[in-house]
Amino acid sequence: MCLAIPALIKSIEGKEAEVEIGGISRRASLWLTPEAKVGDYVLLHTGYAINIIDQEEAEETLRLLEEMAELAGEEENEIH
Amino acid sequence: MEPLVSDKILLAHGSGGKLAHELIEKSFLRAFYNPLLAKLDDSATFDFSGRLAFTTDSYVVNPIFFPGGNIGKLAVCGTVNDLAMAGAVPLYLSLSFIIEEGLPQEDLLHIVSSVKEAAEEAEVQIITGDTKVVNRGTADKLFLNTAGVGLVPEGVDISGSKAKPGDKVLLSGTIGDHGIAVLSQREGLSFSTKLQSDCAPLNKLVADIIKVSPQIHCLRDPTRGGLATTLNELAKQSKVGIKIEEDKIPVREEVQAACEMLGFDPLYVANEGKLVAIVAPEDAEAVLKAMRKNTYGKDAAVIGEVRQEHPGRVVMKTRLGASRIVDMLVGDLLPRIC
Amino acid sequence: MKFIDEFRRSELAQGLVRRIRQNSTKKARLMEFCGGHTVTILKHGIRQLLPPTIEMLSGPGCPVCVTDNADLDKAIALAQIPGVILTTFGDMLKVPGSRSSLQKARADGADVRIVYSTIDALQIAQENPDKRVAFLGIGFETTAPTIAASVLQAEQEGISNYYVLSLHKLCPPVIKALLDSGEVRLDGLICPGHVSAIIGSRPWEFIARDYSIPCVVSGFEPLDVLQSVDMLVAQIESGRSEVEIAYRRGVRPEGNRQALALMERVFEVCPARWRGMGLVAHSGLRLKPEFERFDAEFAFEINPGPVVEPKGCLCGDILRGVKTPQDCRLFAKVCTPESPVGPCMVSSEGSCAAYYLYGAAGE
Repeated sequence: MCLAIPALIKSIEGKEAEVEIGGISRRASLWLTPEAKVGDYVLLHTGYAINIIDQEEAEETLRLLEEMAELAGEEENEIH
Repeated sequence: MEPLVSDKILLAHGSGGKLAHELIEKSFLRAFYNPLLAKLDDSATFDFSGRLAFTTDSYVVNPIFFPGGNIGKLAVCGTVNDLAMAGAVPLYLSLSFIIEEGLPQEDLLHIVSSVKEAAEEAEVQIITGDTKVVNRGTADKLFLNTAGVGLVPEGVDISGSKAKPGDKVLLSGTIGDHGIAVLSQREGLSFSTKLQSDCAPLNKLVADIIKVSPQIHCLRDPTRGGLATTLNELAKQSKVGIKIEEDKIPVREEVQAACEMLGFDPLYVANEGKLVAIVAPEDAEAVLKAMRKNTYGKDAAVIGEVRQEHPGRVVMKTRLGASRIVDMLVGDLLPRIC
Repeated sequence: MKFIDEFRRSELAQGLVRRIRQNSTKKARLMEFCGGHTVTILKHGIRQLLPPTIEMLSGPGCPVCVTDNADLDKAIALAQIPGVILTTFGDMLKVPGSRSSLQKARADGADVRIVYSTIDALQIAQENPDKRVAFLGIGFETTAPTIAASVLQAEQEGISNYYVLSLHKLCPPVIKALLDSGEVRLDGLICPGHVSAIIGSRPWEFIARDYSIPCVVSGFEPLDVLQSVDMLVAQIESGRSEVEIAYRRGVRPEGNRQALALMERVFEVCPARWRGMGLVAHSGLRLKPEFERFDAEFAFEINPGPVVEPKGCLCGDILRGVKTPQDCRLFAKVCTPESPVGPCMVSSEGSCAAYYLYGAAGE
């Protein structure tokens, strides 16, 4: 249910993709994400790509978290 | 090695008759040749003086061939390492084969060749053995059993019960390589990786570190159950607490990735070429240096320390700075979806 | 590993923790519905980092834990039918049923094989044409579409010896049942990120709207969970109750239309039994009549025998968030990971197993 990890699509043949995570690769089914392309990152769950990762949103989230970390640090310094 | 009459191992190869003798002489003796084995007596006899270390193990790994090794190499390294963990210099091994009828001759010869190579690297001799062939279905292709003897140098007294608060915990390299390499070949779990088993004889690494420090308190190789299980065993035996730091533990990216995919924790995945050393704090630097000079210790790291608190338990400081308990492995590692 | 390592950066975690501590003034009881979130929280020691105003409660989102004995017994009985290869995810192997477990059945001779994917099960079916390969379908909306795909693939490729025993369940109805029971008071809900990747964020809106409980859809890395707690605290402090997506890289409000279509093609909604909650309407999935020939319930005569519930086991109460593992008299004494009494101790994300294995140092 929960265990899905980001994997990079290296190649596609029909409804199957070869995906890679951290140097290991395996085939993944694209039945749930037929629009996926080579170069996309997908969430791999039990051998299927269940969703395409929105890379822009990922970067946006990290930017947001970085800002928060800075602000929270400053506030703490102010309190002290 | 000369080819045998049939291309598969038959029940007759284990029955003590002509075929059996042929098998022993043409493959085992030829590969492992040494004067003691060549006598082909029922027992090998030899002299020794000093303290003996003695161990036994059985090997039933499936699949018998995996990236980076096979059951033969595993058997030699595993036995050599058990002796090395007592600080002993390994000398002699016994090797017994329980072969499932129908095993391709080629496979057996390949394994025998790996045994020979591993024994040569570790500088041990196989001086006695046994061969049985059992009916199809009663042994999973091949089971191996070994016993090993080694000599413990004078003054060396290494035991799982000797860890003391303040000691440093050293790990000789990356964890999880063997377990994941073996898993990558299993039916129903296939993924491809360049990852190889770390199966290796560690006796020379141990000799190197004993040379630089008389204060190696504990040595253990984290095989089945992984690093977590081994550290728990040591904590319990020595009645101390152990604290480790997550970001100090070396893990290859591929191992981490496979674990993420299958839902494993690298702390529990088997290793066959790594050791944990618990060392007096003043010698830790020197031991680390000596480890890193050896090819099997090049990724060595200090991963934690021994303390008085929480005796018998292992605690880990996570990447985020919080602490959690690390228990031993219960049962088997099973891939999960949740 | 991309999109994993970045979301474990400790300095960003510290930033979030500082923010949460600065902003959290009201007492807040937050439930993480999903067992995967429970694991992340305990594995990284997140509870220790949160201020005392925040209380974390584990919910019933563990598909293994909520499979009740009757269904488990069915799976075991199916495995014991001669000529059947039962393929299953590893999670289910050791869960105790009324009398046995799949692991015990295997030791007694049943052909039970662990697979990572239904694709592997389909392959086993193709390689064993003289056997009948049944797949034990557990999991929520994250997994159900993949099983649906496997059925359609079997149909397409003419694989006639593949069957599915569907024990799939749906999340929103059970959360509703939990809230309606009145047993649990919640101030915020951490919604399952991968279920939402499939169903989107809209199915959670009834929780915010009808029960005034703030919801945040969360990913599974420690930064994801902390960010979600931060967003829930913000809602709670300002008196809002909305559904927000923290896991924006993985979840769109409309979900995955193709996955939903596959699910709807193959499955229909039915009532389902949840451990600890009994029968919950519209909360399960079964194969549609036109896919009967793939349905293990129809293809086999399964005789599971009478159901026996384990005495003293509090799994049901723990799953509903009414009790904690420490409240159970069997916890860590009679019921341990080596000899589990109930599924909460077996499943790697079951509350009891998680508490047993990861219990915070010093507790």
